[in-house]
Amino acid sequence: MRANRLGAALAVVLTAALAGCGSGEPAAESTGAARSPAAAPQGPVKLTYWAWAPNMDKIAAVWNKDHPDIQVTVSKQAGGDDAAAKYLTAAKAGNPPDLVQAEYQHLPSFIAADAVADVKAETDAIKGEFTEGLWKLVTLGTDAVYGIPQDSGPMMLFYRKDLFDKHGLKVPATWQEYGEAARQLRKKDPKAYLGTFSSKDPGAFTGLAQQAGAQWWSIDGESWKVAIADEPTKKVADYWGGLVKEGVIDDMPFFTPEWNKALNDGKLLTWPSAVWAPGVLSSNAPKGKGKWAVAPLPQWNAGESFSGFWGGSSTAVSAKTPNKAAATQFATWLNTDPAAIELLVKEAAIYPAATKAQSALGAAPDYFANQPDFWQQAATVSAGARGFTFGPNVGVTYNAFKDGFDKALQSGTPFSSAIQSMQDATVADMRKAGFQLAS
Amino acid sequence: MATVTAATAHRRRARAGSRGPAGLAPTALLLVGALYCLFPVAWVLIAATKSPGELFSTSTLSFGTGFFDNVGELFAYRDGVFWLWAGNTLLYAGGGALLSTAVSAVSGYALAKYRFPGRNVIFNLLIGGILVPAVVLAIPQYLLFSKIGLADSHWAVLLPQILHPYSIYLARIYAAAAIPDSLLEAGRIDGAGEWHLLRRVAMPLMVPGMVTIFLFQFVAIWNNFLLPFIMLGDDGKFPLTVGLYTLLAAGANQPTLYNLILTGAFLSIVPLIALFLTMQRYWKTDLSSGAVK
Repeated sequence: MRANRLGAALAVVLTAALAGCGSGEPAAESTGAARSPAAAPQGPVKLTYWAWAPNMDKIAAVWNKDHPDIQVTVSKQAGGDDAAAKYLTAAKAGNPPDLVQAEYQHLPSFIAADAVADVKAETDAIKGEFTEGLWKLVTLGTDAVYGIPQDSGPMMLFYRKDLFDKHGLKVPATWQEYGEAARQLRKKDPKAYLGTFSSKDPGAFTGLAQQAGAQWWSIDGESWKVAIADEPTKKVADYWGGLVKEGVIDDMPFFTPEWNKALNDGKLLTWPSAVWAPGVLSSNAPKGKGKWAVAPLPQWNAGESFSGFWGGSSTAVSAKTPNKAAATQFATWLNTDPAAIELLVKEAAIYPAATKAQSALGAAPDYFANQPDFWQQAATVSAGARGFTFGPNVGVTYNAFKDGFDKALQSGTPFSSAIQSMQDATVADMRKAGFQLAS
Repeated sequence: MATVTAATAHRRRARAGSRGPAGLAPTALLLVGALYCLFPVAWVLIAATKSPGELFSTSTLSFGTGFFDNVGELFAYRDGVFWLWAGNTLLYAGGGALLSTAVSAVSGYALAKYRFPGRNVIFNLLIGGILVPAVVLAIPQYLLFSKIGLADSHWAVLLPQILHPYSIYLARIYAAAAIPDSLLEAGRIDGAGEWHLLRRVAMPLMVPGMVTIFLFQFVAIWNNFLLPFIMLGDDGKFPLTVGLYTLLAAGANQPTLYNLILTGAFLSIVPLIALFLTMQRYWKTDLSSGAVK
């Protein structure tokens, strides 16, 4: 019940965000939810599914063959923040797809806009397939379930093994050692950097903050608590700020041509990234194939084994779909059926969210052929990864991150002031949207 | 008349000659402008020839060796979805530009040559319409099209681009200048009906203007991203712009297909270049081929 009231409170944000866009679409739904798809004998149920993971249409084709009564059409979309905006607009206009691939950080904004259905009743049985941390990302810590976890992005440290050996660097086990290694490398090769701090990728920073134990949002009864400027986050920010100021860490953003070039030329030796990094490296730095290795993320205290998440997504069912049960059935199959997960791994190149599937992964990615225990490492890291509940306005927070850190890099102001501006922007936006905030 | 023109031309030439090196400045400026516009195109061309391994490792301006591999890979991507997108783009741009040109020419002609109540109101509304960027209208249009059940259809992309205030404005200006009232009067005296006048007298005179409008609209629709991005959910209806974007933002857990995107971008501007080169001659046609003496 609490969840429903929360949902109603969250709905306010939509009115604010899309003010002026005619409203009053009938909220018809839910009545047909309990019905099994077989009970409606008017031809097969047709479902549309917006996803950006590659080859999802092939996976749906496998399902369609075995389930003539539920036919799924995949429409491949562009991913990222734009996908979330597009889905929200479609939901507002009354013609969203039945199913949507939803990144964990966007799910709360979907929930706030009443755009995704609560599928708790249908998913009770599969809860145990996922770790508690991942499950929390689709429940936001409430009683409701707003999606089924599909993939996850536990963070690890990717490093150039050949260059580490050449310069006699030790793989850092703590962030202190990482800083030391950065200084050593600058002395040995003044043109190379151990790593870079990107002011354009809030997702990466979020994962590092999670590793340090940050809890940016939490729900306390009826109200939200925002703690972006908490101690762990400030610690992470000041750590990177110090290294950048000292000049031992570069400050170019990820995924840019210059970054690609630095990776290819061996001028960038590490990348703290998520388990999906092999895909990026193989396209952006094809020259480094076989030269990289993976290690757990450096820790804040020696002996710990924590990590954070960068990316990952779930399959959510639209609140407006007339075929909620059928849609949930497909989403459940897609993310928990062993055969489907195998396809997801093989065709869509995702790192599955289901715990059992993570340990069943076999051969290492092609790019990491030199590291046969790649997936075992990933599974170990995944077990220690901790996330946090995302808030309903992650977009605002992430934009404030980019603005704040751009400014900090340019003017040399401390990184912690950028953190404070993220906190302030997020709180101001949530107040404006009508959320109740615990102070 | 002829002597006057010759004299003017002579004087102009003389002046340009006497200015000497000062005349180089405009030429240099234009060359810089051309370079500024053409360099990105050249970059796309060069980048499209690079294999994935060469893209970020070889020098920016050196050609790669992977062009045909890229093209082959692009055409094979998702069973040739590139062709589907190219066909869609052609449909949106070609159909949209044709319809838009027809609507603009007729309305421009009517606004220029007929006096009727409300003419100025309509024209002022059009001027106002020019001031509203199409981008601003995309979301309201999407919500409206959703209401009438046309969202996610080909019409959702075609219809909003048919009525284009700026094109109507252009057509009106052009019709006012290119179609002499005396010619229409002469036609009326000879007993031609208004419909006949439009088809036989006005439209032929407006061809150069219509070509301009067609090209403007064709290019605008060809390059349009936001409207189809918002309107379309089904990837089988995407135009090239939105389709190539799905390759770019494909999620982090798999390689971004930069080489395919660049090759696709390059191939998608080839028809535009061809169109400009072939349509150019219509601009050169004597604007008064229907001449009045």
